[in-house]
Amino acid sequence: MSSTPTAPPGDALTRVGRSENRKDAGEKIRGKAQFAGDLKVPRMLHGKVLRSEVPHARIVSIDASGAESMPGVVAVLLGSDLTEFDPYWGHAIKDRPIIAVDRVRFHGDPVAAVAAEDEATAEAALRQIVVEYEELPVLDTLEKATAPDAPRIHEQELRPGLFHGLGQLREEGGNVCYRYRLDTGSVELSESEAELSVEGEYEFPAVYQYAMETHTVIADYGEGEITLWASCQHPFLVRAEIADLFKLPIGRVRVIVPYLGGGFGSKSYTKMEPITTALSWKAGRPVRIANRVDESMATTRRHGMRCRMKTTASADGKLLSRSVRLLLDTGAYADNGPRVCATAGDAAPGPYRWQAVHVDANCVYTNTAPAGSYRAFGAVHMQWIGEMQIDQLAARAGIDPLEMRRRNLLTPGEPVRPDGTGKPLDADLIGDVEKAAAAVGWDDPKEPWTGRGVSVGLLAAGAHPVSRASVRMEADGSVEVNVGTTEMGQGARTVMAQIAAQELDIDLAEVTVQGADTRFTPYDRSTGASRSTTLAGLAVQRAAADLRRRLLETAAGAWEAPVEALQIRDGVVHGAGEQATYAQLIAKRFGFVGGEVIGEGEVRPETGSGSYAEGPVFWEVCIAAAKVRVDPETGQVTVERTATIADVGKAINPLLVERQDEGAVLQGLGNALFEEMIYQDGFLTNDTLLEYRVPRIEDMPRSMQGIIVENADGPGPYGAKGCGEGAQAATPAAIATALADAGVQMKELPFTPERVWRQINEPKETQQR
Amino acid sequence: MSDVTVTVNVNGSSRQLTVPAQELLLDTLRERLGLTGAKRSCDVQVCGTCTVLVDNEPVSGCTYLTADADGRSVLTIEGFAQSDEFAEFEQAFVERAALQCGFCTSGFVLTLKALRDAGELRDREDAIAGLDGNVCRCTGYKSILEAAEALARSPQGSETLAAGAGSTSAPAGAGPTPATGHTEAVR
Repeated sequence: MSSTPTAPPGDALTRVGRSENRKDAGEKIRGKAQFAGDLKVPRMLHGKVLRSEVPHARIVSIDASGAESMPGVVAVLLGSDLTEFDPYWGHAIKDRPIIAVDRVRFHGDPVAAVAAEDEATAEAALRQIVVEYEELPVLDTLEKATAPDAPRIHEQELRPGLFHGLGQLREEGGNVCYRYRLDTGSVELSESEAELSVEGEYEFPAVYQYAMETHTVIADYGEGEITLWASCQHPFLVRAEIADLFKLPIGRVRVIVPYLGGGFGSKSYTKMEPITTALSWKAGRPVRIANRVDESMATTRRHGMRCRMKTTASADGKLLSRSVRLLLDTGAYADNGPRVCATAGDAAPGPYRWQAVHVDANCVYTNTAPAGSYRAFGAVHMQWIGEMQIDQLAARAGIDPLEMRRRNLLTPGEPVRPDGTGKPLDADLIGDVEKAAAAVGWDDPKEPWTGRGVSVGLLAAGAHPVSRASVRMEADGSVEVNVGTTEMGQGARTVMAQIAAQELDIDLAEVTVQGADTRFTPYDRSTGASRSTTLAGLAVQRAAADLRRRLLETAAGAWEAPVEALQIRDGVVHGAGEQATYAQLIAKRFGFVGGEVIGEGEVRPETGSGSYAEGPVFWEVCIAAAKVRVDPETGQVTVERTATIADVGKAINPLLVERQDEGAVLQGLGNALFEEMIYQDGFLTNDTLLEYRVPRIEDMPRSMQGIIVENADGPGPYGAKGCGEGAQAATPAAIATALADAGVQMKELPFTPERVWRQINEPKETQQR
Repeated sequence: MSDVTVTVNVNGSSRQLTVPAQELLLDTLRERLGLTGAKRSCDVQVCGTCTVLVDNEPVSGCTYLTADADGRSVLTIEGFAQSDEFAEFEQAFVERAALQCGFCTSGFVLTLKALRDAGELRDREDAIAGLDGNVCRCTGYKSILEAAEALARSPQGSETLAAGAGSTSAPAGAGPTPATGHTEAVR
């Protein structure tokens, strides 16, 4: 990512760094914003999916004749239809059939799909399909799936998907589909020298992202061409995967992305697009599949995890070693499990200076719903555990938790990965954690059954650094930014528009940003990993600067003056005794009232391949502080205050940065206190919002403070770097350390009243001394 | 399943509709009338994204039968957005960026309108209690609560209460939609 081609006009950043109103606010508040489920395509049918009633079985037979003969039913898709393609897909591992071929691997695995004139008919037709199963042993837990004699959930060889990019698959068979290790120094030696050590086993639950808009796709399998309107975060990766699956050139697959009703990772990579496309292929007409909540819960979720961690220190509180073994439950199909596993492995040491580190992270198949991305994955899994152990060591060394961190945290420029590979630290963590602690009144006197805690972590952010954009100015001077970022609530369209407005020195109102249409929009790897402002934003900045250069060249040519003699003020070019608006310059260029000028921008790896091992693009700071109160009679935990750090380099829109983190805090609070997908024998027992408890307005902490730190140390435009995930990783960890400070050491999330009450009243052995 | 014919005032227009007896109001609005501002999410009356006002009361369109709306007035976000009163809600939300993905927003706005019209939006505590049936996954609620507090503080609330008690929810001075309406059969 080389430097910006030319300096922005003038000296001042007048259009970025301002809390402009969201560009999409008007149409959203008026109910006019279009989401995938609001769209209708001519001749469109409605699809419903028959899902497996059992967690693990061989399919003996399927009789769909009753459904096929129902009036209004146009097509029934079965695994036996998929003889023309290799039906297996998966961006990391090609392990997931479009629809069950001969086996189902979780309760909810798609077995058949019906396309009908209306949704009610499609749903009624599902009840006419008779499936005979021969049940297989159910490996519904990590213990069962990793038992030495456990049968394999995937018997076939694991094939890497198009976007695996993370090294070796399944080194040693069994149900471990991916393994990530970090090893540096001798943990044994450090442990033998250490005066202090803590060790424990921890559990993290499977949780549901609950983007309020469920996965919704319209697919139109036309003549040698597929068009998708999809609620997807990564349209270009979906396009590539659909093209690969249905054997079409990439350019013959078109993905159009309307507004998303939340994503949070649940709509990353490919989800319902293959089955909807195949159903359209079978029906010969466009088909819409709109999941219901229970179906989206069976489509993707966050990984549950078991983890054993041991951390050691010298008597005076110098950290020495950390050893971590973790098992992530990726469910029946890998989805993004390998990347979650690598990111958890990277997050496991925490941002501290170590003599020795051993991390063994394993991604494990089980007979439960597939698990993929959810905001701050990996980091959220590990940070609460690591930070609780840091506090336990601090207590035993007699050091304040904040002081413990001051002494041991990495400083800017130090390597983050203990083996010294990849990007070194690019943030001031000590400054950040001090700000967060101060914001919750770190040194205030404490009442009984209250506690305060901090947490510090890092998240490997940015994914692969490939983003392109174009900025197009019409003859009237209005501007459209073409960028592949999906607007899913984070405010990307507003931020991209501000960047273009800054570079061209024009009013924000002049700039439009639309959703991606892969036929026209330049390539962008994905919307996730906190990457859009940093990478797509940089591409937009470069594209707008390229457009500016072209406009200045037009002026220079017309006025016979050097470009360097020209200046831009408020969208007017001045110089050589002349001045002209952009529209006037375009009229000069074409001698006509039409035409357009397009600037292009590109971001790609500056050195090397941009691989995960060389990365990340930046380390996202995950820092929070919390104050909690626990009721010892009921076990109820109340989060009274939170403070989070948005270490964003430069806030393009400060209000939107704050709003991102507020959302992340509540999601983190849900993860910490309420949320848990409860499986029993492979059946999800709480698959509605009645039983799956998400945070409501009364759960909001009385005080939620978002602190923006701007050190201009990011690789994005104006020194920006991404945000929005850090607070989610840091919040459960800050709640955990605060609860420990209140006297309750927890080892299992969520901290429900029952678990907390039991820990207070029936404490188990909590730590090794 | 038999059909029923109902007469419903939707956003100020009287509509005669013949629908299956079990049809949900959310589907009637979205699929038959093209009013997609109310969204489907949880289907079990928890999340509030499908909130519309029936005779000024917030209801979940996902669990409310269209048949039960016979003779009643339904206000959706599209209708409310035509009213003069809406500008204040828009300003309260937009200035504070009290929306992100926007999926839940119409439900929050309509719930707040109903609360305020009923005189039950006086302060922060009222807002917290009154918004219990609306889930937002993006914002963390803080910005929405700030918008609600701004609406609670504004004098418009009491005026609306005084003037609007018991009246139809047809938007006052609605732009293109005539307040008295015409009957239109939609099938």
